[in-house]
Order: sequence, then structure tokens, then C-alpha cells
Amino acid sequence: MLGYYVDLAVRSLKRSPGLTVLMILAIGFGVGASMTSYSVFRAVSGDPIPWKSSHLYVPQIDVWGPKGHQDGSNNNDPPDAMDYTDAVALMRDHRAKLQSAMYRVSPSIVPPDASKHPINVGGHAVYSEFFPMVDAPFKYGSGWSAAEDSQRAAVVVLNGDINQKLFGGQNSVGKTVNIDGKDYRVVGVLDNWNPKPVFFDVVNTGGFTTGHEDVFIPFQRAIDVGMPNDGNTNCSEIPKGSGFVGLQQSSCVWIAYMAELDDKAAVTAYHDYLDAYFRDQKQAGRFSWPLNNRLRDLPAWLDSEHVVPSDTKVSLLVALGLLVVCLVNTAGLLLAKFLRRSSEIGVRRALGAPRLAIYTQFLVEAAIVGLTGGALGLLLTWGGVHGVSWVLPKEISTLARLDVGLLALTLLVAVVATMLAGLYPTFRASRVQPALQLKSN
Amino acid sequence: MDIHPILIALRKHKAGTLLIALQIALTLAIVCNALFIIHQRLDRLSDVSGVDESNLFVMVNLWGEQYSTDEAAAKIEQDLATLRQLPSVQDATPTNSYPLAEFDWDNFITMTPDQVGHTTDAAYYVGDSHFLRTLGLKLIAGRDFRPEEVQNLGMRQSNQPPVTIVSKALADKLFPNGDALGKHFYAMTSTPLTIIGIVDTLARQEVDSWSAPYQGQSMVVPFRLAEPWGLRYVVRAKPGQLAAAMREAPKALYAENRMRIIPPKNGLLSYAQVRANAFKRDRGMAILMGIICVVLLAITGAGIVGLTSFWVGQRRRQIGVRRALGATHRDILNYFLTENLLISLGGVFIGTVLAFGLNLWLVTRLSLDFLPLTYVLAGMVILILLGQCAVFAPALRASRVPPIEATRPT
Repeated sequence: MLGYYVDLAVRSLKRSPGLTVLMILAIGFGVGASMTSYSVFRAVSGDPIPWKSSHLYVPQIDVWGPKGHQDGSNNNDPPDAMDYTDAVALMRDHRAKLQSAMYRVSPSIVPPDASKHPINVGGHAVYSEFFPMVDAPFKYGSGWSAAEDSQRAAVVVLNGDINQKLFGGQNSVGKTVNIDGKDYRVVGVLDNWNPKPVFFDVVNTGGFTTGHEDVFIPFQRAIDVGMPNDGNTNCSEIPKGSGFVGLQQSSCVWIAYMAELDDKAAVTAYHDYLDAYFRDQKQAGRFSWPLNNRLRDLPAWLDSEHVVPSDTKVSLLVALGLLVVCLVNTAGLLLAKFLRRSSEIGVRRALGAPRLAIYTQFLVEAAIVGLTGGALGLLLTWGGVHGVSWVLPKEISTLARLDVGLLALTLLVAVVATMLAGLYPTFRASRVQPALQLKSN
Repeated sequence: MDIHPILIALRKHKAGTLLIALQIALTLAIVCNALFIIHQRLDRLSDVSGVDESNLFVMVNLWGEQYSTDEAAAKIEQDLATLRQLPSVQDATPTNSYPLAEFDWDNFITMTPDQVGHTTDAAYYVGDSHFLRTLGLKLIAGRDFRPEEVQNLGMRQSNQPPVTIVSKALADKLFPNGDALGKHFYAMTSTPLTIIGIVDTLARQEVDSWSAPYQGQSMVVPFRLAEPWGLRYVVRAKPGQLAAAMREAPKALYAENRMRIIPPKNGLLSYAQVRANAFKRDRGMAILMGIICVVLLAITGAGIVGLTSFWVGQRRRQIGVRRALGATHRDILNYFLTENLLISLGGVFIGTVLAFGLNLWLVTRLSLDFLPLTYVLAGMVILILLGQCAVFAPALRASRVPPIEATRPT
């Protein structure tokens, strides 16, 4: 029976090609636009570390007091990064299971071949616990030890790209790299690890950046050799001292911090510890304002930092609006199309077809329109995902991908949406009174 | 024309009428919000920078060796001499940033050193005595920096500059009476800065929305940025020789000292590229919204054509009767045009409510601006015109239905 309905539907669609093409175009464009927007939205709003994000926390300490936050949208929020004093104190107290203070660096690597120009790389100065905390995937070797942290050892973890560039992708563990004129021993090589957004340091990277994470070096080592920070530095007052040391002594914030807390008790305990730390510092005379700390888990943190660009949300919303308009449009056209065949329905009903049969017949027709529109939508989504680089900044457009899931979703959305649009017209068609139709002929 | 019979006829086509009206309403809501976004974004594309964009390019210069402040300063002067000697180059200046760079350095401005809360915020440029000339800024009062005023600024040194040149926007903000020259203010400093010059326009470095209240407020202090990692050079080519200068400059610098990095990606940018990069997001958003508007209007228009054609086909007999009873071509045409106008009016009425509703959502959830009424009015006109145009062809076909149709069975 279904085959017969398909045949009927195709005949009917062929009978009014203009209307059919119009419906297919509407569905195609509506689905294409919304799936393209969705692919971008999905790329930027995805959880970068879904298996662990609810266990990663970002502490904030109010080092500036009320005078520091009179601007901006998060009116009463403490600074979103840490000053050196507090970052180091929190690392020393070591109250979380795993934790790391980190700052962005941008050193130069001098290739051993003297005829080559030095190259500028990006990366982070981190503590040893950073690697297990963020589950960084190692291809060769491993991170460094806590002992090497405190010894300020000259060791480095390379990412896949830079290892390819310097050592042709070979296992370089144990080899030496010249960073800013000093030799560092490679202890580990990551497997091209570039999470987007750069969740561990949103403050200094903005989340989405075309920059790469090439090198990771021990935090205290970087401080010792005076490797300057390359991210944002925010100050509520000009530092009294000069240079990188002056920055370390100031209340300027420039260090990102992350801690892993595995259960509720750990979170509460850490929160209490942060509050106690603030009170201690207040007693010591550093702060004169009330307690105003924050401890957000990663999803809440990314949200408060507005990592998903609002443009992406607006685009998705507008594209979904377009899809709705296309559906209303299709509903109107299907209604016209189905009711035009009232006499045909009348004959079928008079010959004994139940309402259900009419339903099936017309929903099959709607589904065929949806399927064809979906195929067009697939094509347009494919073009859209490849074309977004034309209108969106590179750091975002390169993240939009086409995969089987998206393709399947496109078709599904097209068919389901069209059938939804066809529901009312089908209902109307099934209510056609056979007697009335037969009489008027 | 009497609209009563039209209303009665429409009651026979409730569902179709409602669907068209709903489609018009939704289209209006989306189109006027999209138009508003497009206009806002396009507005920003033409933000003036105040610099001589057609002849300028910028170069990122990172040192491949670690230099002390004095060494870096000497290297910079050597680089500048090399650049200024090039036949295609008019002038060059070392700086921290440049207008539309999206690499910002800004300071809070206060009128007294111990003021609680700041008066305003200014983009902070460091430049030497060639800064104004190289960028092509127009000095409208006071004087330029003298070479002996330029100090070296090492990494995170908190040197306090005694003098500054400010943009007119900043001067007017701080001293609304127009007597800013010679006055003082503080930029997170403990000693006052004296305004020795005012330039007409000098845009800020970033184009983010947070700095919109401080638009155009900039200050320049006489420093040479001798930080250990590097700096940016802004170079002005002689008229018409931008391409040649952009080719020669990096070559000359590498020839002079190999231990440097001019990043291959975005390390060498003409000002046209700087502008394109800064506004890529806005341009993209405007294009995206534009495409969606066009598709929406096309689909809505086509939908009206489709449904009206169907109605015309359905009513051939009635049209024939009216024609037989003496209605002219024009009467029939007007009938369909008026019918569409009524539906459109209903649609834009609902659409106006939806448009403000959507806007309110965008304002509260995504902090966009409030939609001015003019956009809704423009949207209404567009949709009513669209409806009338879309209905014209089917209506014309209807008006050509011959009176003889009245006698034919359907």
C-alpha cells in the first residue's frame, strides 16, 4: 500500500511542478540555513572535556575589592584571573586533588640549524599536575614530576605540531630544545592537543584563538628565567615595581587557575578553604572589603566568561526563525494542494477508504517533499559549512564540521518538520465530506 | 472598494489566511531585527581611524634573542634608520599598537591622583617623535613630541610620562570647555600628565562593544617600547608605493639582523587588511543577516504567489459570475489586491508585536540594543509592498477570467 501512496504522491507532485519546487526550495533553504548555523553553534558551545568538566573548578578571589569592579557586565564579580601572590599561595597550600596555576607564554625557539630563522611559539607555563588534570594525551613520554616543579627544572612538553617541525615527528623525549636562548630537555610529546575552547585558560586566550599550544614549561622555571606573560594583564593600579618582578609583586591579575575536585564534599571543603584564605589575608591587612569569592565549575565558568560569541546565538536564533517561516509556508502550500484534490479524496472515501488511509496517503506525500527538501538542505548545509569561513572569523569557522550525525540530523529535521507542517492540511483533507464532493461534480 | 464581501470570503479560507498572515508576521519580526543588526554592523565598518590608511602598513617584530632595555632600544633605532632609508618608505615609528589592531592597552583616566573611581578610559599608545607624522594624524592644537622627550620603556616599567598628546574626543571629554591644551590629568599615574598636543581623530585599538562609551578616546605618550620580546612598527609608504615598501621592509630588516621573527601569519599587514580583520566579524554578521533576509522575503513572496494562485484557480467560477454581472477587469484585480492588503495588515500587526518580543529577548539574553520604531515601519512597508507585488500576477490572471466561466461547471 505504501508503494501505491508513494506513486500517488509523485504523480500529484508532478501535476503542479511550480508548487512542488517552491515547497522543496523552502524546506531546503530553511533546513540548510538552520543546520549551518547549528554546526557553528555546536562547534563553539560544545563541552571541551565532557567526561570531566563538572569536576574542574576555577576559583576567584576578590583582590581588588569594590573599586575594581565598577565596570562591565558581571558587576559584583571578583577579577577573573589571579595575581601572583594568591596563585602561588594556593599552589603551596595544595588543597585540591589536582591543581595548576598557569600563564600564557610566547617564547622563541632557536633551531639548531644556524641558517634558519628563530620561530615564535605559544604555550603555557604550568605545574606538573596540569597534565593529569586536563587529561592531556601523550604520544611519547609524560609530564614532569612534582620534584621537577620545585627544582625549577629546564624541561619542556612539546605539542605534536612543533615536534613535527623541530624533530620531524620522531620521539624526541630526552632531546634538547633551545627556548629563549636556554636549553630545555623534552620530557613528553602531546598528540596534537588543541582543545577548543581553550578551557584551561579562557582569560588569556578568549577561548577561541588561532594561536597554538606549542610548548608547556614548568611554572616556577618560567618565573625564574623571567619569561614574560603573553596574555591579558589587568591592573586596578599601576604596579609600584618595574619589570616582570614588579608585576609579580603587584595586585595585577594575569594568572589562570584550575583545580580538580571530585565530589561535593571536596568542593565544599575547597570553598571553605578559599574563604578562610581570604579572611587570613584580610586579617593580615591586604583586603579591607567583605568576602566575595567564587568557585565555579567549568561549564558555569565558560558561561560567565561569555565564551560562546553572542553572534553565534543570534545567528542560530534567526536561522531557526527562518526554518519556522519555511514550515508555515509549506503548511500553507500543502493545504492548498491537498484541498485542491477534495474531489479525489471524496471518491476514495466513497469507495470505502477509511480516514487513516487518507492520512497515510497525504503524510507520505509530505514526507516525500520533506525528503527531497532535506536532500537540497544537505547540499546547502554542505555548502554553508564550507562557506562560513567567508563570513566568520577563522578561529570559529574552522571549527564547524560536517559529520554523519549532522547529515542525519539534517534529513531528520527536514522530514519531521515537513510532516509536522503537513499534519493540519492532512487533517483537513481527511475531513472532506465524500457526499458533498460527489454531488458538486 | 467595499471590504465587507472580501472579509466574508476570507472566512471561508480561515486556515490559508491565517497561515499567510502568520508567515508575514514572522517574516516581519525577523527581517526588521535583522535589518537593525545589519545597519549597526555596517555602521561600524566605516568607523574612522584617523590614520592615513591607504599608505600604511604594520609589522610585528619579535626579537630572536633576549635583549636588555638599552640593547633593545639601540636595535629599534637601528631598525628605524634602516626602514626610513628605504626608497619606498616615507617614515616609520615603533609602537605598542595601532588603531583597529584589536590588541589593546588602555588606562583609566582620573583628574586627581587619589580619586575614587575613574573619570573615563583612554586607549594608550606609546610612540616616538615620528608617531604623528607616520600615522598621518592631524595635529589641531599644541605641538608634536620632541626627540629628547622620548624615553625607553622596558618590560613593565612604570615610567611616568610628563607629557601626552590626546585625541580631540578625550580632550573634549575631560575639558568640555575646549581649553584642554596645557591642562593635566592622571592615567593611573602618581604624577600628572600635561596635554601638549591635541590630534583631530585617533581611534582606539579595539573595536569591542565594552569600549563603545569611550569611543575615539586615545592618548599618546612619548616612549620607545624597548621590551625584551619585541614591538610593532607602523610604516608609511610613499604615495603609491605601499606594495614595494611591504616587500622591501622585512627583507631590509632581516638583512640587518637575522635574530628576529616577523611572524609569517599576520606579521605583515597592510592597513586595509588590519581594517578587514578588525571588522570581519561585523561584516560576516551583516552578510549572514542579509542572506537570511533575502531568503525569507523570497520564500514569503513565493508563498503568497502560490496560495493566491490556488485561490484564483478555486474561484474561477465565482470570478466568472462577477464578470458576467458587470465587474470590470479592474474590479477583479482590486479585489485580490485588497484581499492581500487586508491579510498583510493583519500580519504586520501581529508581526510588530513579535518583532518587539524577539528584540526584547535579544536585549535581555544577548545584550543587543533596543529596536528603533523606524525599522519596524520600514519592515511593514517592505512586507506590504512584497505582498502586493507577489499577488499582482495571480490577480492579473484572475482579472482575465472570461465571464463565460460562469456557465461552465467546475
